[in-house]
Amino acid sequence: MSNWGYIVLGWSATGAVLTAYAMRLMARGRALSRQVPEGKRRWMQ
Amino acid sequence: MTKADAVTTTGSRATRILAALAALGVVWLVLLGLVFSPADQTQGELVRLMYVHVPSAWLAYLSFSLTAVGSAFVLWKKSQWWDLVAASAAEIGVLFCGLALLTGMIWGRPTWGTYWEWGDARLVSTLVLFLVFVGYLAIRRIPADPTVRANRSAIVALIGVVNIPLVHFSVKWWRTLHQEATVLSTDFDPKLDDLMLFTLFFSVVVFTLVFAWLLVHRFRIAWLEDQVDMHSLGIALDERRREAELVGGGS
Repeated sequence: MSNWGYIVLGWSATGAVLTAYAMRLMARGRALSRQVPEGKRRWMQ
Repeated sequence: MTKADAVTTTGSRATRILAALAALGVVWLVLLGLVFSPADQTQGELVRLMYVHVPSAWLAYLSFSLTAVGSAFVLWKKSQWWDLVAASAAEIGVLFCGLALLTGMIWGRPTWGTYWEWGDARLVSTLVLFLVFVGYLAIRRIPADPTVRANRSAIVALIGVVNIPLVHFSVKWWRTLHQEATVLSTDFDPKLDDLMLFTLFFSVVVFTLVFAWLLVHRFRIAWLEDQVDMHSLGIALDERRREAELVGGGS
């Protein structure tokens, strides 16, 4: 693999991991928010 | 976004502003890191991996330090809020520490000719740090009373955080393949081109914005999980009380 191959691999792996984790957090938050009684959703205005 | 959507996410106005700033920062970081910043005299183009590897390692340090601060407050003040902060920061710390290891391995292959070297103090101590906090997350998954779980995991975090100075100074204390600290060296005289140094600082700022966004969302999820547990427990207790009343009334 060329040097640029390693650079692209490192950057894209970082981006992919962070994006996947952020999307998982969003999905989990959305699923949990629906289970919490409305009065307890204090920051979700 | 409709009003119904607005109340079913862990987002808020503050996190949306944070996300916009982080997204803008990522665009500039890609341009600076991959296009505008120059190649290094010894590392060549490979130095561009520094702009994802170093901030990942910095965020791992920050996350685990925050976990330790939260854990100290858990043991001292019996604070549930700090327990959730500690747990949230630990999960994100494991993510960034894993990224630091991964990008380090990717950088190591063309530079040292190997992805991994078991004799290298920096690599092995970072792996130990990573595994200790994976253990912290595993301990939190063992079913237990919330107070017991919080105390148990807080002790692990306070033991684990001792590893951070060991990881950081391992390149000074032992002979390693890994180079010494570029910026946080003892003489505070980084041997870097101005634009490279700026890009490195900028990458740390952008990653810290991403970290802040992730932490707020992860904390809110942890808080929601507690609310759902308490709500479910309340419903179960009400059912038990009704059953007891029925049995008591019938006898």
